[in-house]
Amino acid sequence: MSVNTYDGRVQDLLQTMLLIRAYEERAAALQAESGVPGTCTSVGQEASAVGVVAALGADDLILTNHRSAGHLLARGADPGRLLAEVMGRRAGYCKGKSGSLHISAKELGVILTSTIVGGELALATGVGLSQKMLKRPGVVVCFFGDGAACEGRFHESLNLAAVWQLPILYVCENNQWQAFVHRRETMLGDSIASWATPYGIDSATVDGNDVEQVRALATEALDSIRASGRPFLLETRTYRLRGHFEPDDQAYVDPDELAAWRARDPLPRLQARLLESGQLDARALSAMESDAQRRIDAAVAFAIDSPYPAIDELVTDVYA
Amino acid sequence: MAHMTVQEAIDQALAEEMARDPSVLLLGEGVATKRRALVDAFGAERVRNTPLAEGIIAGTAVGAAATGLRPVIDLLFAPFLCYAMDELVNSAGKLRYLSGGQFSFPLVTMAMTGAGWGVGAQHNHNVEAWFAHAPGLKVVMPASVADFKGLLKAAIRDQNPVLFFIDIGLAYTSGDIPDGEHLVPLGQAVVRRPGEAVTLISYAKTVAVCEQAAQTLAGQGISAEVIDLRTLKPLDEASILASVRKTGRAVIVHEASRSGGIGAEVAATIGEHAYDALKAPVLRLAGPDAPAPASYPLEQAFVPQPDAVVAAVKRLLG
Repeated sequence: MSVNTYDGRVQDLLQTMLLIRAYEERAAALQAESGVPGTCTSVGQEASAVGVVAALGADDLILTNHRSAGHLLARGADPGRLLAEVMGRRAGYCKGKSGSLHISAKELGVILTSTIVGGELALATGVGLSQKMLKRPGVVVCFFGDGAACEGRFHESLNLAAVWQLPILYVCENNQWQAFVHRRETMLGDSIASWATPYGIDSATVDGNDVEQVRALATEALDSIRASGRPFLLETRTYRLRGHFEPDDQAYVDPDELAAWRARDPLPRLQARLLESGQLDARALSAMESDAQRRIDAAVAFAIDSPYPAIDELVTDVYA
Repeated sequence: MAHMTVQEAIDQALAEEMARDPSVLLLGEGVATKRRALVDAFGAERVRNTPLAEGIIAGTAVGAAATGLRPVIDLLFAPFLCYAMDELVNSAGKLRYLSGGQFSFPLVTMAMTGAGWGVGAQHNHNVEAWFAHAPGLKVVMPASVADFKGLLKAAIRDQNPVLFFIDIGLAYTSGDIPDGEHLVPLGQAVVRRPGEAVTLISYAKTVAVCEQAAQTLAGQGISAEVIDLRTLKPLDEASILASVRKTGRAVIVHEASRSGGIGAEVAATIGEHAYDALKAPVLRLAGPDAPAPASYPLEQAFVPQPDAVVAAVKRLLG
């Protein structure tokens, strides 16, 4: 499996978003129907993940968090191995030892995933320091949420990255929810991007539900980092359409707010735009949707067929 | 043989390893200010002052360790490790395992602790057992100047995260270091004084306490063996058990509080594997379940003293 890179075709972005949506909805259904371990989905946030990852080059590195399926799949992860990991199977990216929460895939440059909110922000500076000191070309992309932005580590990380001029693209996927608490209860104001300014870091805010805008701004941010060697913060405004994890009935979510964001669901938005502009026809869209479902069917079969790890794996990989 | 202080031994170990391996770098609160010779020798890129923010220092080290560098971080005082627990325990200790072995974390975390400077409990807290309980980490706490150098060099070369605790009471003591390359492997205890009637097991500054007690006991015709654990994880169970099988008696001595301490682990190991050799119960002498005080006599009273060790041995011998 090699790293996905994107040549700019918007249809490829849609294809990837369809795959992520199909994967996460299937994972949620498997949880509900078959008791497969629940995941923290990123349904509704696909444009943010795909737009940023599509702007990356093959050398760039990604640090992510518990809501990682979009980042991993956009980067080229095999949905079968991802689902096998969720199910604790040997063929998973981490031999089944991670489960869904901290999946890393070093072969894809998706490294050091931490499910401690803010954990990835603390590690990103070290990866950035390695890139800089070892004179490696790749930029470090660190995905986190608005919840992590309220952690001290966010501020410590930005400050050090600015002082040491580390090549890090901070991507705050502001999905408005911090586990079971709405963002408006935990911070004044609406902007996380503006928190970069006092640290001397350039930032931008983008409609996180518009994949083409996200890709365009991520590309600009990456160009700026490559040119200056300095970090950048991109805030993608988006929304977590499903609960914190599966199952979660979202009884605590304001139905009007949810409905308003459903109307801005990045998938129908992009489909409508492409259909309207003639970049896509209904038959092609239907074929793309079927293809995504077929890949997920195969992933489910693969994951179920994968054996559990041998019990002696319990104590391997503890020490190097 | 060269004679030097613990601080000089640490500087020498850092300098030798930085010269040997260009991926070794030093990060921390004032490392470039206090260790100017290292900056002069290896440059400001590799000896970096940081903000007083232990979490991001440790996180930076963990991220760097996983991606090709070999950081040594100085977090100054052991209680400050509380701010770095997530990075050391949840990331460095767990992400190798949770990733199915995709990453390794060769990094050393240095911190001072223990009685000696009257700095009180927010600068003096022997927390070594916390880290011995955390999977994926190694824990070292030297007692001799030569071991400070040899163990630090071995810790820097280790592929795993190592906690390197510096006993404040020893920080400016001096001693001899063998000439040439001096490495002390992690996980190996050493017999500081051979004996027959009882085994005194310790680490850090209380090794000298045990040696003094052994000297006093020798004057009274009692032969005590003194073991310096040196590495607390992995624990050198073989050396402990071999000694206790020989003597049949054990007293474990450390400054850290007794409850849940390293002594409990050592005692349980002896009970599980050498019960048949025991002629008396295993005893522990340890600090109290109290924060470390600043007042000099109280701080001294926190640490087990030679008289108490002598008394414990006599109790065992009946």
